[in-house]
Amino acid sequence: MRIRVDPEKCQGHNRCKAVAPELFVLDRFGNASAVGDGRVPPGFAEKARLAIANCPELAIEIIED
Amino acid sequence: MTPRKPVTDWTTDWDHLDPRWREDPYPIWDELRRSCPIAHTERYQGAYLPTRYEDVRAIAHDTTHFSSRRVIVREVRPEPPIPSPPITSDPPHHKPYKQLLLPLFTAEAMTGLEPKARAICNELIDKFIADGHCDAAQQYTRHIPVRVIAHMLGVPETDSDQFIKWIHEILELGITDEMVLMQATREMAEYFAGHIAERRNRPKDDLMSQLLAARIDGKPLDDRHLNGMLRLLLIAGIDTTWSGIGAALWHLARTPTDRDRLNAEPALMPTAIEEFLRAFSPVTMAREVVKDTEIGGCPIKAGNMVLLSFPAANRDPAVFPDADKVIIDRTENRHSAFGLGIHRCVGSNLARLEMTVAVEEWLKRVPRFTLAGEVAWSEGTVRGPRQLPIKFSS
Repeated sequence: MRIRVDPEKCQGHNRCKAVAPELFVLDRFGNASAVGDGRVPPGFAEKARLAIANCPELAIEIIED
Repeated sequence: MTPRKPVTDWTTDWDHLDPRWREDPYPIWDELRRSCPIAHTERYQGAYLPTRYEDVRAIAHDTTHFSSRRVIVREVRPEPPIPSPPITSDPPHHKPYKQLLLPLFTAEAMTGLEPKARAICNELIDKFIADGHCDAAQQYTRHIPVRVIAHMLGVPETDSDQFIKWIHEILELGITDEMVLMQATREMAEYFAGHIAERRNRPKDDLMSQLLAARIDGKPLDDRHLNGMLRLLLIAGIDTTWSGIGAALWHLARTPTDRDRLNAEPALMPTAIEEFLRAFSPVTMAREVVKDTEIGGCPIKAGNMVLLSFPAANRDPAVFPDADKVIIDRTENRHSAFGLGIHRCVGSNLARLEMTVAVEEWLKRVPRFTLAGEVAWSEGTVRGPRQLPIKFSS
């Protein structure tokens, strides 16, 4: 499972970082992107799902590969 | 204050200053969402009221038809609108101002303020804990955000009462009284002008000096915009969070099961704070319709205002199961209490920190408490308890 934050949609609400700090990094404006290539480590799928469910901008997507 | 004509039909004549709205707006919004999701009023020179999450979201994201040049629904519309960038800015002017503020308000930057915020809370509690009761709105929640933002901006915390007076005049009285609005705006401008002049010669270690040093396209901010920005930071950071903390304590005072659960399981605090933000969102914004369009199948005409009710959106059962219930362990909560789109509240990390700290410190010192009398709510753009009598129990 891979995740991606759409930089056009993210407004820096910080919700993903709050619920899944291991999966996201913030830039100096507080906007988020996925750690590394977005691959969700084993055991973190639920946290990824929570991040998606709490993003007010619907900015996080799952990339199927 | 002149008596207002009571609302007879909320779909065609809504009024957010009606006493029923101030007392308990939720049933009004729930009914409108079912019967007329985009209501209109001829009051305020014409204004719409969307109550569905999807419509509020669509408007917040549409900066082409909906301008932020006016962000408060008032009886009068002063020309030209008073600029307070970035909240009153539309693209493309919005982004440089917002990007100037964002690094100063990241979650990481806010953690530096945590000890200060905790100390303020405890100093306040020290003053009333022995009494066994207090007005939590006047003796506690009111003082926390104002002192933190004064500390950040670099103005004396002892001026707090003056700030609260201006905010009351601009956000509440100013809705119907233009003279009061203009007078308060002028007084604030003079106040900041003095502080700005002082820092031009000798910069300090505060947010105001950082804004003075800031450049947009290589140029410093002109005095009018700088002043507007400072006014925004002061206004936006005070009665909003005062309201958020107050609503949280109000809920806990009347819901012993949630109060006791939060005492027993402090790890629930993050979801509880988000739920209080959703269920009792303090802030309603506004937009001015600048081009005809359609929202949710409803024609929207230029020249009207829109009361952009994030609080109503956050009670929409289409997005939030059991939207009318406060569920402190709600794990999926994409509420819009801090807005949606480019105008997301720049102070959201600060507000969350202040709310968390204020509720935590209160529960540590006053774990058991109940309501002890009449609660009074503010009116207008920001909703929260302004009188919150509480008695402590053992």
